[in-house]
Amino acid sequence: MTNPATSIPTTGIGARVLRKEDHRYITGAGRYTDDINRPGQSYAFFLRSPHAHANIRSIDTSAACIKGVLAIYTGADIAADKLGGLICGWMINSKDGTPMKAGAHPALAQGKVRYVGDHVAVIIADTLATARDAAEKIVVDYEVLPAVVDLATSTDTGAAVIHDVSENNVVYDWHLGDKGAVEAAFKRAAHITKIDLANNRLVPNAMEPRAAIGDYDRGEGAFTLYTTSQNPHVARLILSAFIGIAPENKLRVVAPDVGGGFGSKIFVYAEETICVWAAKKVGRPVKWVADRTEEFLCVAHGRDHLTHAEMAMNSDGKILAMRVKTRANLGAYLSTFSSAVPTYLYAPLLSGQYDIPAIYAEVEAVYTNTSPVDAYRGAGRPEATFVVERIVEVAARQLGQDPAKFRMKNFINKWPHQTPVIMMYDAGDYIGSMKRAQELADVKGFGKRKRESAKAGKLRGLGYSAYIEACGIAPSAAVGSLGAGVGLWESAEVRVNPVGTVEVLTGSHSHGQGHETTFAQLVSGRLGIPIEQVSIVHGDTDKVQMGMGTYGSRSGAVGMSAIVKALDKVEAKARKVAALCMEAAEGDIDFKDGKFTVKGTDKSMAFGEVALQAYVAHKFTGEQLEPGLKEGAFYDPTNFTFPAGVHICEVEIDPETGVTRVDRWAAVDDFGTIINPMIVEGQVHGGVAQGIGQALLEGTVYDENGQLLTASFMDYTMPRAADVPSFSLGFNTTPAPSNPLGIKGCGEAGAIAAPAAVINAITDALGHEEIAMPATPNAVWVAVQKMMTKMAAE
Amino acid sequence: MYPFTYHRATSARQAATLLGKAEDAKLLAGGQTLLPTMKQRLASPANLIDLCGVAELRGIELKGKTLVIGAMTTHAEVAASPLVAEKLPGLAALAGCIGDPHVRHKGTIGGSVANNDPAADYPAALLALGATIVTTKRKIAADEFFQGMFATSLEEGEVVTKIILPLAARFAYAKFRNPASRYALVGVAVAKKGSGVRVTVTGAGENGVFRWAAAEAALGARFHGRALDGLAVAAKGLNSDIHASADYRAHLIGVMAKRAVGAALGK
Repeated sequence: MTNPATSIPTTGIGARVLRKEDHRYITGAGRYTDDINRPGQSYAFFLRSPHAHANIRSIDTSAACIKGVLAIYTGADIAADKLGGLICGWMINSKDGTPMKAGAHPALAQGKVRYVGDHVAVIIADTLATARDAAEKIVVDYEVLPAVVDLATSTDTGAAVIHDVSENNVVYDWHLGDKGAVEAAFKRAAHITKIDLANNRLVPNAMEPRAAIGDYDRGEGAFTLYTTSQNPHVARLILSAFIGIAPENKLRVVAPDVGGGFGSKIFVYAEETICVWAAKKVGRPVKWVADRTEEFLCVAHGRDHLTHAEMAMNSDGKILAMRVKTRANLGAYLSTFSSAVPTYLYAPLLSGQYDIPAIYAEVEAVYTNTSPVDAYRGAGRPEATFVVERIVEVAARQLGQDPAKFRMKNFINKWPHQTPVIMMYDAGDYIGSMKRAQELADVKGFGKRKRESAKAGKLRGLGYSAYIEACGIAPSAAVGSLGAGVGLWESAEVRVNPVGTVEVLTGSHSHGQGHETTFAQLVSGRLGIPIEQVSIVHGDTDKVQMGMGTYGSRSGAVGMSAIVKALDKVEAKARKVAALCMEAAEGDIDFKDGKFTVKGTDKSMAFGEVALQAYVAHKFTGEQLEPGLKEGAFYDPTNFTFPAGVHICEVEIDPETGVTRVDRWAAVDDFGTIINPMIVEGQVHGGVAQGIGQALLEGTVYDENGQLLTASFMDYTMPRAADVPSFSLGFNTTPAPSNPLGIKGCGEAGAIAAPAAVINAITDALGHEEIAMPATPNAVWVAVQKMMTKMAAE
Repeated sequence: MYPFTYHRATSARQAATLLGKAEDAKLLAGGQTLLPTMKQRLASPANLIDLCGVAELRGIELKGKTLVIGAMTTHAEVAASPLVAEKLPGLAALAGCIGDPHVRHKGTIGGSVANNDPAADYPAALLALGATIVTTKRKIAADEFFQGMFATSLEEGEVVTKIILPLAARFAYAKFRNPASRYALVGVAVAKKGSGVRVTVTGAGENGVFRWAAAEAALGARFHGRALDGLAVAAKGLNSDIHASADYRAHLIGVMAKRAVGAALGK
């Protein structure tokens, strides 16, 4: 048990080092994509579909060629250039073995638009205002088609067909687990709990909207794309190998400071593709910056599941089996990783922290005439946790058992543990985390607090969420066997300069996570040099050769492991240099606190001196040793990591207005080794805030015609400071056995854990289960009326 | 945003003259509604007359038994005014819960009143207090001024210069915020002057701010929250949208009215 408030080292691993990057972020010295301007830059504006589903009969741009317009391109132009479509990089096969039905996804619509905001044409002009003026003069003749919006009826006979490749709008009908074993277990069950859930669609809303600048160097024949990306190398790979912009050696992708992503900036979108493609055609740099409404309409949304789940238990309340049937909305097109989210990032987590002998999950993914849906903070794992933690809660209530005791009775308590759904959990202490969380939450005092609330006319409820996630994604061979188009290793290069300062080039990408601090802490601690002497370089394919980027809480577990491997090599080389300089055997060199010492002597050299000697190369010959001190490494994880924990939420409901106030929040998380507790706590705070947002506030609403009614902050409620309580956090650390630092990852945990905790607390307060997310005041008020009707009837 | 000609007025009279003369002109009185609308290209005035430099339109003073507030006085100034806090604390509280700090420091009472957004806060207060809206042409009673959603009795070329708010023995405003926009999902103002009570509702009505006669009668007989027990506004004619059904709004009107009475009584 590690208490974050005590025993604080001031440097290295475990230190609460203030974030090195924050000064530039908060004083306006950051360099975001929109801060970059290229000489001769022009501006792109996208004419977007006002209809959710329509055939394009014709596009007349003749009136739009006004002064200042450089070019107007439509789908016909990208077809003429044979530009490849946007891709979905994870192949999922249906139950019957047939591959998923991937409809074409051109960067500019070709003959048909499939959601409001779909890209019809791009206008490139001297100024943005001119481009917008021109867009208004383009005449598009649409044949409006019926829109498929409602997820529940999206595959019904008679529903409009969105992509010709799928006559019933089903992308795939996939399954995982042993159906026969589950059916057998249900037959001998003493009790079965059933539940229907909707996991509400969310709009990511990073603080910085997406942006891109395409630039073409005619002399070099080379492109540069500045873009708001979480993984510039993957973007380059896709733009180069699949879309066909240019070979990789002629395409540089730069993701400078990026103001949040939460998954939404993993993907390669139409806008950046068009900017970089068009830069060569117009012979000038092309810039595009989304306004907030464009982000609402066109950024990949998150979640959007409908699920029916059933759990079988024996007479003691021991879980025997679970079966889950989910329909997942993937929107109008398959976004970059969309197919993996409701399958391999979802169903393998349905065992939760529980010893469940048999699980069977079926997932039907469908097209609708809505924005594409893809990974959003947690990506599949919040959806799984919501299913597991709601059904476990309801089961405990139905059996009349204490929800915490019911959980602990069914918790896995031996590791490694092979679940029936792929995952091999390697380390944890679930009961320990539960007990500690109950102490932090003062569960014993809940009864008293509930009575006090009742005196004030309020309802109080307490909800648990014992989540688990698979992070540190991922072993390349394993994900390859499951359909991934890429490996999910990470790279690092450690460059020691002649005076002993260090640059670390990493394939991870920081868009707010604080890598410039945590990665530097690792290096500074390991080499015994001040943290100021360490710079972290990322986000530029011309500097970092290759990398897989940041998502899935992988930068610590995978990215830092690659740095450790490179540091191992740097230290080994430096030992050789030190041995040669001090005329000692290599085996006699000790390295500690930044000093190389010859065992049993007073001879020593500081790290910086060794670095200098490595470069001046006066003390050894070329036959003995290569000069220089620079090493690279690739790290491919051997397993996923399994962060897990228990979050306990306490809400107070005003039955008169239906307002739910989150009054208390306690969480005990096992993130494995923690590099910087301050940053980790910040990640939990932010994640829980997003989870509270999903549970109480954030509802994405399309009308029946596919118009997005929540297309601005006037109608889409983001969590604000006043919506979240003060958090009581604790850590219960068991190091991850699969990576050298023992890191599990922390970036998504809060968003994964929180929704179930909030809804379990609300349903505890209400005494019934009929409340959907977001539990808005109106919805809770309706639920309170039901509670009163129920109480009156009893 | 489309191009427009910007004018910076130096006096209310000059602004009114310009407003009458310039083609397709709009007043800029803080711009917290107009500018976002223009940015979305949903409004495209050819001429924009900015009132922010007109000193005579700012300020708060006590005149007899009224508070006189200049049209260009910001919500933040009303919220922070010691005079308002002393004479009409419910109004300071109302101004302090409009929008967010940015809106409160740019938005003005005159701009809010002239826009008459059906979910704005000030119209409820003005109607409850029986305020008078003073323009460059005349004085208009609040009862006449608010004419339905975004509609007022202002004529072409008329500029709101100040608001005269009669003091009330008891006045309070209870607001249930739209969780996203922070406008009033339902806002209820209650004012008691002598035996007369006014109860006004904003945010809920299809035609903007309205008076709740039954509540006024009940509170006129006994100024206490319990006097409202059993009273309900019909859901018919109330707004229903993704944030709140008409039924919920009808219910909230009762709850907010009681809370406003409680606040007016200092509870």
